[in-house]
Amino acid sequence: MALLQSIRDHHYERRIFVGRIVLSIVVATLLLGTVVSRLVQLQVVNYEQYAEKAQGNRIRTQPVSPIRGLVLDRSGRVLAENLPAYQLELIPEQVEDIRDTLSRLAELGLIERDDIEELIAESRETQRFRPVTLNPRLDDEEISRFAVQRARFPGVDFKPRLVRHYPDGEAIAHAVGYVGRMTVEDLQRVDTSRYAGTTQAGQTGLEASYESRLHGDAGFRHIVTNARGRQITTGSGGVIDALPEDELPDPGDNLLLTLDIELQTLATELMKDRRGAIVAIDPNNGDILAMISAPSFDPNMFAVGGMSRAQYASVAEDPDRPLFNRAVRGIYPPGSTIKPMLALAALESGATNLTRKIMCRGYFTLPNSTHRYRDWKPEGHGPIDIHQAVSQSCDVYFYEISNEIGIDRMHDYLVQFGLGYQTGVDIGGERSGLVPSTTWKREAFRSRDDKRWYDGETVIASIGQGYMNATPLQLAAATGALGTRGMRFRPRLVAGWQDPLTGEVTELEPAQLPTVDIKNEFYWDDVIASMNSVLQDHRGTAFAAGRDLPYRVAGKSGTSQVFSVGQDEEYNEEEIEERLRDHALFISFAPLENPAIAVAVIVENGSSGSTTAAPIAMAIMDHYLEHKNAAQ
Amino acid sequence: MRLSETQRLLVGKAQPLGDFARLLKQLRIDGPLLGALLLLCGAGLFVLYSAVGESSRMLLSQVIRLGVAFAAMFILAQMPIDFLRRWTPWAYIGGIVLLVLVLVTGDVGGGAQRWLDIGIRFQPSEIMKLAVPMMCAWYMHDRPIPPRFSALALLAIIIAAPTVLIASQPDLGTALLTAAAGIIVVILAGLSIKLILSLAALSVPGAVLMWTYFMQDYQKQRVLTLLNPDSDPLGAGYNIIQSKIAIGSGGLFGKGWTNGSQSQLEFLPERNTDFIFAVLSEEFGLLGVLVLLSIYMFIIGRGLYIAVNAHNTFNRLLAGSISLTFFVYVFVNTAMVTGLVPVVGIPLPLVSFGGTSMVTLMAGFGILMSIHSNRKLLPR
Repeated sequence: MALLQSIRDHHYERRIFVGRIVLSIVVATLLLGTVVSRLVQLQVVNYEQYAEKAQGNRIRTQPVSPIRGLVLDRSGRVLAENLPAYQLELIPEQVEDIRDTLSRLAELGLIERDDIEELIAESRETQRFRPVTLNPRLDDEEISRFAVQRARFPGVDFKPRLVRHYPDGEAIAHAVGYVGRMTVEDLQRVDTSRYAGTTQAGQTGLEASYESRLHGDAGFRHIVTNARGRQITTGSGGVIDALPEDELPDPGDNLLLTLDIELQTLATELMKDRRGAIVAIDPNNGDILAMISAPSFDPNMFAVGGMSRAQYASVAEDPDRPLFNRAVRGIYPPGSTIKPMLALAALESGATNLTRKIMCRGYFTLPNSTHRYRDWKPEGHGPIDIHQAVSQSCDVYFYEISNEIGIDRMHDYLVQFGLGYQTGVDIGGERSGLVPSTTWKREAFRSRDDKRWYDGETVIASIGQGYMNATPLQLAAATGALGTRGMRFRPRLVAGWQDPLTGEVTELEPAQLPTVDIKNEFYWDDVIASMNSVLQDHRGTAFAAGRDLPYRVAGKSGTSQVFSVGQDEEYNEEEIEERLRDHALFISFAPLENPAIAVAVIVENGSSGSTTAAPIAMAIMDHYLEHKNAAQ
Repeated sequence: MRLSETQRLLVGKAQPLGDFARLLKQLRIDGPLLGALLLLCGAGLFVLYSAVGESSRMLLSQVIRLGVAFAAMFILAQMPIDFLRRWTPWAYIGGIVLLVLVLVTGDVGGGAQRWLDIGIRFQPSEIMKLAVPMMCAWYMHDRPIPPRFSALALLAIIIAAPTVLIASQPDLGTALLTAAAGIIVVILAGLSIKLILSLAALSVPGAVLMWTYFMQDYQKQRVLTLLNPDSDPLGAGYNIIQSKIAIGSGGLFGKGWTNGSQSQLEFLPERNTDFIFAVLSEEFGLLGVLVLLSIYMFIIGRGLYIAVNAHNTFNRLLAGSISLTFFVYVFVNTAMVTGLVPVVGIPLPLVSFGGTSMVTLMAGFGILMSIHSNRKLLPR
């Protein structure tokens, strides 16, 4: 071997080899240089850019929901607040056998057995470390039941969260409304940056109309998450520290209402087991003191979430329609309650005068017609003037003068009192009601015959029947305008709001509306006096309700023929009869001079305004005036 | 004279070191190479501890693996290089047989057939990483340098056969390294520069041919992703994007040990294996990277020094190939992690977690040491 090698040119071979090694070193140096310059490019030249990207990877902003503003009544009593509620949660990755865990929870009655499949599906869909809500609200008893069994349920725990709570649920359900899970429309409407992290929004009432002010602005906190989105709280300083400053949420404003919760509660009690509405207004500024619709519902059901379908159906499909806000959405023929307003219209327009007497025989016929328009009193009122026509609610008097006033003039005056148009109250869904006119009829109907206005229609319009209808709120506002002799304000539920952080209060000015145009003060005197006679003259229709009152009061009863609300053929005989009874209406204000409260009461199928609705109105006013005086 | 006096004085003073050096010599261990390797592995463990999320269990398993690798180095360092040379063809043929066996019966691991289970699971392709350059060097040992054309043709077969077998497992990374080890031998043997350049020119149509007929879809995807990682930021481009962010955000001085948010929060995929270089870059910055690269360069430099001083063709070629293949490892991994070349599954040598390749690498260094010891036993 040694010999063989010695023949070869060792020197030459080694020289070639060393040459190749040198070449390799040159190439290697070039390649290494490329890597190093790449590193310089990444780590020095573009350092800022990559540092920022790494920061963006690491840090996630998490929305922090603002605390929703409180709703307070006129004395600062809480109508809507935020209370901690406990929800049962399960973290999938910490639970070995989810199905077994859930069925054991169902045995304890903490979840519905029917929900198990859905919950299993949900726990599979989300990331394993994200909690799944099993039960949105545990009551105290359920919490303690779970607490003693806790060790048996690793990965399941209860977590507090703030839930909207309405202490006087049913009493304020329609005025304040409720919050519920945000709908698709909500999500499209809201400013997403303010609503980051928010899942609930006002759905009805003030909670909906003042949603934006009550909600506040979301804040943000910064958390460190790993590549899979899991929050990381422990680790080296460089990984979890040095976070940007958090942005605190801006809480929603507290709403200061005009409502008086005692009056609301009283009104709710008075309407117990009845259908209808009560609206009470301070006529001097439009403040709504009470507004209820009966029957009512518990708004807390919606606020908590997780209401079962059966629960929802029980309120949504109730034939008494508890979710329906009759105070602003229910439209009723105003019946005789419009007589004081029509009396003013007749006097001001010269269709009648204070001394004119009309003979009431119990019915009225139009010229060239045999159709009898009947008075509620079959034997008739005899000779009667306008004062008595109001206080005794004589229909024939108004039948008689109706065509002298004319439907269009009736319309013009009633509209001045706010009938036929939305009042502009600060909750949504308000109906405008209807005050018919020849113009309206021409536009509302198709056929030539229907477009024509008939004198007979004017006759029944004069006692608030026929096409005419109004909401309880409209009637209350119109009653207020009678009390203030034409001064009108837009009805409102919100008097202002308060910044919860600074305590600064913003008060809203009452919004005055055009005054009712009655130039002769005597007409006001007479009509108001006739309304007083309704309650405090022994011949008045509601003398029974007003006779013992310590102050002077004005009112007017009304009875209107039934329509619309819940005429369902499936009801038994008794039920049908009950539902075909006339609606009972009563409007009133007190005290007579400088009225402090105006009330409209509607009891569906209550038969008689003066016997059913008037005592309710009196009870409301009594309570309010008594406490008002006591406060002063 | 005076100089030798001084030298003696120094040697006398440094008596313990002298003892240690003698011990290393008796054990046929190259001191500088061992020192650099220990330094590298120590630094590697340090980085790995952070990359595995401070798991001492994983760190321990890496230490054990390193122990096995160093044992392999030590054992091979004891083997006379001429003995290794004589057994080279058998090792090569055996390797080929095992590769065929793998293709027929092998276990599937990570979507490819790489493992063979004969008592212990191992990858026969690892053997070829050493067997191919050894076979090339063995073939050239008795032949004139530079190689003639007929020799080149046979060398091409020696290299191509295992490369194709490994690539069809498919294991592109190992195939590439195996081929590189062989080709480096041929180049070091004096393959004419003209031929190298023309082969390089041929590689363009060759690449097109590879693309059209041989490359798997996932491999094509890797290349496409390299060209434009942002085209698929959550899919194939994700690794390289996150890797660049990790490296770039490390800056000059790094975020500090275990402080790399990209690595610790698992944004960086395969952070303890192929992409551990990005962890190093993020936590220790450019300076840390340069220190590590310096250790690598020292090891390669020492290997080339051994190669240049080797006494025969086989030793020279093999030592050169082992050293330069090690460089290929380092270059391909760092270039891949920094987004210069497509992602091929090549770990950062002796730093990345796991891998049979660590044993092979250290065995290679054992051969280098054997070559270096051998130089002193025989005359030039």
